[in-house]
Amino acid sequence: MKIVVAVKRVVDHSVRVHPLSDGSGMDIANAKMAMNPFCEIAVEEAVRLKEQGYANEIVVVSVGSVAVQEQLRSALALGADRAIHIQTEESLEPLGLAKVLHALIKQEQPELVLVGKQSIDGDHNQTGQMLAALSGYSQGTFASKIELNGDEVWVTRELDAGLQTLALKLPAVITTDLRLNQPRFPTMPNIMKARQKPLAVIPLADLGLELKNHLQVLSVESPKSRKQGVRVESITELVDKLRQEANVL
Amino acid sequence: MSQVQNERALVLVEQDNKGFADINLKVMGAIKRLREFTSLDVDLLVIGKACADLAASAARVPDIRQVLVADSDSCEHQLPENLVPWLAELARDYAYIIVGATTYGKNLIPGVAALMDIQPITDVVAIESASSFKRPIYAGSALVCVATDQPIKLLSIRGSAFHAITLGDASAVAAPIAAVIPPPSRSLSRFISQAIAPTDRPDLTAARIVVSGGRGMQNGENFQLLYQLANKLGAAVGASRAAVDAGFVANDLQVGQTGKIVAPDLYIAVGLSGAVQHIAGMRDSRVVVAINKDPDAPIFQVADYGLVADLFDAVPQLLEQL
Repeated sequence: MKIVVAVKRVVDHSVRVHPLSDGSGMDIANAKMAMNPFCEIAVEEAVRLKEQGYANEIVVVSVGSVAVQEQLRSALALGADRAIHIQTEESLEPLGLAKVLHALIKQEQPELVLVGKQSIDGDHNQTGQMLAALSGYSQGTFASKIELNGDEVWVTRELDAGLQTLALKLPAVITTDLRLNQPRFPTMPNIMKARQKPLAVIPLADLGLELKNHLQVLSVESPKSRKQGVRVESITELVDKLRQEANVL
Repeated sequence: MSQVQNERALVLVEQDNKGFADINLKVMGAIKRLREFTSLDVDLLVIGKACADLAASAARVPDIRQVLVADSDSCEHQLPENLVPWLAELARDYAYIIVGATTYGKNLIPGVAALMDIQPITDVVAIESASSFKRPIYAGSALVCVATDQPIKLLSIRGSAFHAITLGDASAVAAPIAAVIPPPSRSLSRFISQAIAPTDRPDLTAARIVVSGGRGMQNGENFQLLYQLANKLGAAVGASRAAVDAGFVANDLQVGQTGKIVAPDLYIAVGLSGAVQHIAGMRDSRVVVAINKDPDAPIFQVADYGLVADLFDAVPQLLEQL
């Protein structure tokens, strides 16, 4: 079985980011970058499926400038077999990204596509579902457990109301949630080996897609800050304030 | 005399284990706001199997044109392989397709949008005009206002950001209910099971008071303290990602960037440090209380009332004094 995993380069989750003072975007020019945490979970799951004998090839793909090759090398160090860099300087919206990934899986014909459920910059939570719809693959979102059963993959999904398990016919697109696994750290020998693994660069224009962004950013602003609160010294004082001052009890 | 035609909006009705979900009323609250910018004929779409009761509830929503019902085996578990291509066809006659930004809405709306070649706008927290909307990015560190140039808008609505409308009572005049042809079953996926935690407490996203615990609770048994507190206050219980990852409580209690977004009147955070991802899920609460023994915990920066104390002393005292 071949697995395609899509990964995204984002601002590291530990960095606090703020809007630019002119409101045109976020101040991320010098921020530390990393692989989106949900994408790391997707790579880890693919590697585990290969270790368990279900998969024989893991292809990792990323879309963006030459900088995304850093994240592709990270994924190769975690255990992916080869990488594809779709090169563009454009920042694509989820729909454009899903069209690019759709073009790629038409070429690669994987049985399973793993993507993170959302990226921690745009927080859209769209690309995997769009890819499933465009490709006609079955869809398992917000996965916290994945099991292969013959020509089906069983996916346990984290829903607002609890957990749901679905059996999906392959090929399938699965979006990964936090509790699917705990990603490993790459070892130094694997980081060295990753440098020798194949990484193909495809200019976006070569895919022959007509892509257009549709959302115009009018402003980016900080959310309303909460006003500084007070410290109370005891539960008695707290209950009194909640009753008399805040009127919430 | 020519008459200006209203634009049409389609709302996907969500059901929970109690039937007609509260999120639908919040979505109607967002529609009320949208109507300040454009005149709308609103259709509600109920999807399910044997869902006549749900349709009857939907028909009591005021100011709608009609309720459409797709009732069949193929709709029973809301499987996206069946629903998404069908919705993409059904939705072509509408200017707006709107759903709650819940796991239900998130599962369906992006695929529908992709098949319609539309870039959707998800997690909308404010409506600025008929075609511009605010949504949070970077775990709520910023709000971006985006305008779309597309004729059809697909939106998912954050329930915490809009006021619920009131459902008309049983005696009110109900909107007409019409059947639509349901989707065929494409047999690409099968429902196996669903584990829903039974609870008699209010829904986390609709509760007036939320009591949340973090890693400081130490284990699942200690959450009993919070359940007692919640029972006394008529509150829902939430948790941080750390508490869920550690197995103290189930995933559906998680509040935060990737969990539930809540905005109750009172949010009581107990033994919870307040990572930015958690604060993303509760920062719009009206009053925030933090109880934590670490005086430097970031949760104190968003708390209206902070108490530096051991929760195992403080919570029993709080139980006594309520």
